[in-house]
Amino acid sequence: MHTKTVKTASPSSCGRRVGSPPRASTTAAGLIAAGVLATALSTGSVAAQETIKIGVSQPLTGAFAASGNYVAQGARIAEDEINAAGGVLGKKIQLVIEDNKSNPTEAVATVEKLIVRDKVPVIMGAWSSTLTLAVMPKMQEYKVPLVVETSSSGKITTAGNPYVFRISPTSEMEAMSFRPLVAKLGIKKADFLNTNNDFGIGSATEFAKMLKAEGVQVGVLETMDPKANDFSAQLTRIKASGGDTLFVTTAVEQNTLILKQAKELQLKARIVTTGGSNSPDQLVTQAGDAANGSYHTVFFPPWFPEVVKNPDAAKRYMAEWKKRGHEPGGLTEGFRGYDGIFTAVEAIKVAGKAEPAAIKDALWKVKVPGVYGDIAFIKQGPAGSESGQNQPTVYLVKIDGGKVVKPEF
Amino acid sequence: MDQLLQHALNAMILGGTYALLGIGLTLIFGIMRVVNFTHGELYAFGAYMMYMWVMLIGANFVLSIVLAVALGVVLGAAIEIVLLRRLRGADIDTTMLVMIGAWIAIQNTEQLVWSGVAKSINSPFPSAPLVVGAISVSWTRLFVFAVAVLLIAATYALIQWTRLGKAMRATFQDREAAALMGVRIDTVHTATFALGSGLAAAAGALLGPVFVVYPTIGDLASLKAFAIVILGGLGSIPGATIGGFILAFMEELGAGYISSGYRDAMGFLLIILILLVKPTGLFARKERIG
Repeated sequence: MHTKTVKTASPSSCGRRVGSPPRASTTAAGLIAAGVLATALSTGSVAAQETIKIGVSQPLTGAFAASGNYVAQGARIAEDEINAAGGVLGKKIQLVIEDNKSNPTEAVATVEKLIVRDKVPVIMGAWSSTLTLAVMPKMQEYKVPLVVETSSSGKITTAGNPYVFRISPTSEMEAMSFRPLVAKLGIKKADFLNTNNDFGIGSATEFAKMLKAEGVQVGVLETMDPKANDFSAQLTRIKASGGDTLFVTTAVEQNTLILKQAKELQLKARIVTTGGSNSPDQLVTQAGDAANGSYHTVFFPPWFPEVVKNPDAAKRYMAEWKKRGHEPGGLTEGFRGYDGIFTAVEAIKVAGKAEPAAIKDALWKVKVPGVYGDIAFIKQGPAGSESGQNQPTVYLVKIDGGKVVKPEF
Repeated sequence: MDQLLQHALNAMILGGTYALLGIGLTLIFGIMRVVNFTHGELYAFGAYMMYMWVMLIGANFVLSIVLAVALGVVLGAAIEIVLLRRLRGADIDTTMLVMIGAWIAIQNTEQLVWSGVAKSINSPFPSAPLVVGAISVSWTRLFVFAVAVLLIAATYALIQWTRLGKAMRATFQDREAAALMGVRIDTVHTATFALGSGLAAAAGALLGPVFVVYPTIGDLASLKAFAIVILGGLGSIPGATIGGFILAFMEELGAGYISSGYRDAMGFLLIILILLVKPTGLFARKERIG
């Protein structure tokens, strides 16, 4: 799947998008413009027949905009790499990227639009667990498979939706891979601070379960609104609880603020952020010395790409990311989009045709040497309507002296 | 006991910034009766201007605050002159829709210009906190609190004791009568909106270095500001000030001792209770209809 030669297609050859239908206008200029637009639309659809469309729903604006844009940038890299190598089934692929505005209602509208209007046979999305859970019933309704690239809530693959194929790890997998580190870090009592949504609650539940099984005392479980920026109340309570380790689950913006505010309140506990959307590089830049001594679970460690299962894929992705001038802090997020598109395209190749039902069946057979590791799906959820779940590796990194390092035990 | 003291200190500091957000909005929403959805965006604008001056241009920290606020005043005046002036006398729904449009436009412009990646602003204060016994607070937050208190006092003085303040109060009590007495109505409208916007920008410029700056930070600020204004009573500066502190204490103590999952709900629960007992808010002046 991943070919050795990497040529970048010119940006204009990709990302052609069909605009919204022309609005009625009373001015002559408006009519002319509408005419031109109509012509553009018809040529657009001619070109579209020669490509295979893949839908993408990501939060490009709103609370998760930073991460959603990284995933979209990673997806674009995969698109160009695949097209430079000749596309799939003799056709070029074309991503149709829609903005779900970090909003579950909008997310449902984006997949409906992608399926009904753009007629995409497969969709990648929708970043946060809440957004993904919102679009899942639509995928089942229209019988179109969904490649889930980021979300970690257990509910996604246990809901009995056979159209869901997740390449990112579940919170439970993350907690399990953390298990051997509990003793190494000497954790005796743990407190939790998580964002109040499917992602945060799911992660805290799984980690607490795992820690209890390891004989660790669980102190307070604090939550925060996904938009909140002041956590003094929660951190004061956590300080009073007196655990030696604080597990934090949220996106990078809140992680930054929590590190800073924990320092202001002189919280002594070691901070571990989970979920993999923590962009440690961004934490180093933005939280400064408050980030020192903190640990982070990531699903791709760009600081030492040689440790991953498929270093070639990782290095190709990293080189192109750098060449395009994308934010280095986004490397730990963008690979999800890169792998997601490769997975969808491999399924199209195995299926031999770009049709939803065939792609869904083919997803069970794919084996993709991705940045996430060797992507393949195992069955999860109620028998008869299982969802596909990949089993990626989880890495723990530490920030020390303003640098991201491998933790030493 | 230590925990309670720390919670109380956190709430005091938070309350200062809530009050600052509240008084800016109470001038516009409470006195001008414009449902100002751009208030949060002016807050975000202040924070981004602070980022521009401090991090990109490298200006002095205090000077940057002054410049960010000045630009906020200019943007506020521009919104009033371009959008609101021609809507004077229009019904509240029309104005509200225009302000929603302005809110979306400003927020998306911010995203276009600054991208979705959060920005952080360096503060010149030491990163080690001030520690007294078992409680601690960051120097930046103390500075923010001090400036917020100063700005609140200055605004109160301006409304209460200056000619402009008197003209504002007269205009919004009875526009026709004020005009007949020789008050320049258009100037007063612009000045009021610009002042309220400047205060929102000040809150953004002050809190930018405490938090991180991203395009949607204004949404939460806007929500809190509306809650504070309704709690304190429309148009009342002491009401907005006290309302800000009450909201902060409710959130902080509610999250600290009851449940952090309901932190934001605590404030709104209190607002419902107060409005049940006193429908005009805590400190509203008597309404004059007609």
